[in-house]
Amino acid sequence: MNNPIENLSKLFDSRIRLGIMSALMVNAEVNFNELKELLQITDGNLASHIKALEEHGAIKVHKGFIGRKTNTVYSVTRSGEKAFRAHIEALEKMIRFSK
Amino acid sequence: MSNQQQPLDDLHHIKQMMERSSRFISLSGLSGIGAGICALVGAWLAHPYVFGKKDHIMNRELVATLETAHDYSSLLNSWLFWIAAGTFLSALVSAFVFTWLKSKRQGIPVWGHSAQRLMINVSIPLMAGGLFLFKLIHFGTFGLVAPGCLLFYGLALINASKYTLDEIRYLGFCQILLGLLSLWFVGYGLYFWAAGFGLLHIVYGAYMWYKYERNEEITV
Repeated sequence: MNNPIENLSKLFDSRIRLGIMSALMVNAEVNFNELKELLQITDGNLASHIKALEEHGAIKVHKGFIGRKTNTVYSVTRSGEKAFRAHIEALEKMIRFSK
Repeated sequence: MSNQQQPLDDLHHIKQMMERSSRFISLSGLSGIGAGICALVGAWLAHPYVFGKKDHIMNRELVATLETAHDYSSLLNSWLFWIAAGTFLSALVSAFVFTWLKSKRQGIPVWGHSAQRLMINVSIPLMAGGLFLFKLIHFGTFGLVAPGCLLFYGLALINASKYTLDEIRYLGFCQILLGLLSLWFVGYGLYFWAAGFGLLHIVYGAYMWYKYERNEEITV
């Protein structure tokens, strides 16, 4: 665990997952459509990345309704927050080491 | 070198996504210039009414009527009121148009989550200020209306700075400073009002446009 690169989580390997996590770090809750607008990707693409993050316990899903429309909101879990912070730290270390 | 570029790009991406998802960054500098011009035109139109050359908005009889009869109707039908309402609306529309154009260019929804949050947080101090000013007029304290406008608007901007581009905070400080200063020059409120809502908006808008939008067509 002393090697900073080991903290670079494979889970956050894609730009889309980084984007999802970034949005959830600074907002208590974000819904599906907001994420879609933010990242400018298709429903299916977003859904698959969300599923991966959810399966690893990085984010929580709450399914609800606004009127009759489904409204699915996402928030970051405590372990997801910890892992993401570690990932950012590892990125920073990589920059410092390679200088 | 390429070893270093990847994490750097990732961090940049993270920062950008955090900002985009929590702040409304499409506020255009041109909006400030547009609103400022509207304010200057409004102040110019209001000038003869405020200084009693026309319509006598400040005459004693009217103030006395307001104090005793609680009759606002004569005030709400005055030319000055309609000039103020027209100025406010045209400033709002011109501010909206430029920001709408910019958000379209950036591909950010103009009425998304971040824009709504910005509007709510601007509205709270403005609504409180509006009611306060309404009561000032009710009691005939016209001299405090312009300082009140500047102070509450400044507070609204400082509140807004957490939800949009940071620089708006300094515009807020300047408005508050001007508002406080004008408390010592009661009777010249319209000039301070024009300086705050007109000149400061134009200076701020021009600065923001120069800083963020001048090269936009090339960089985006």
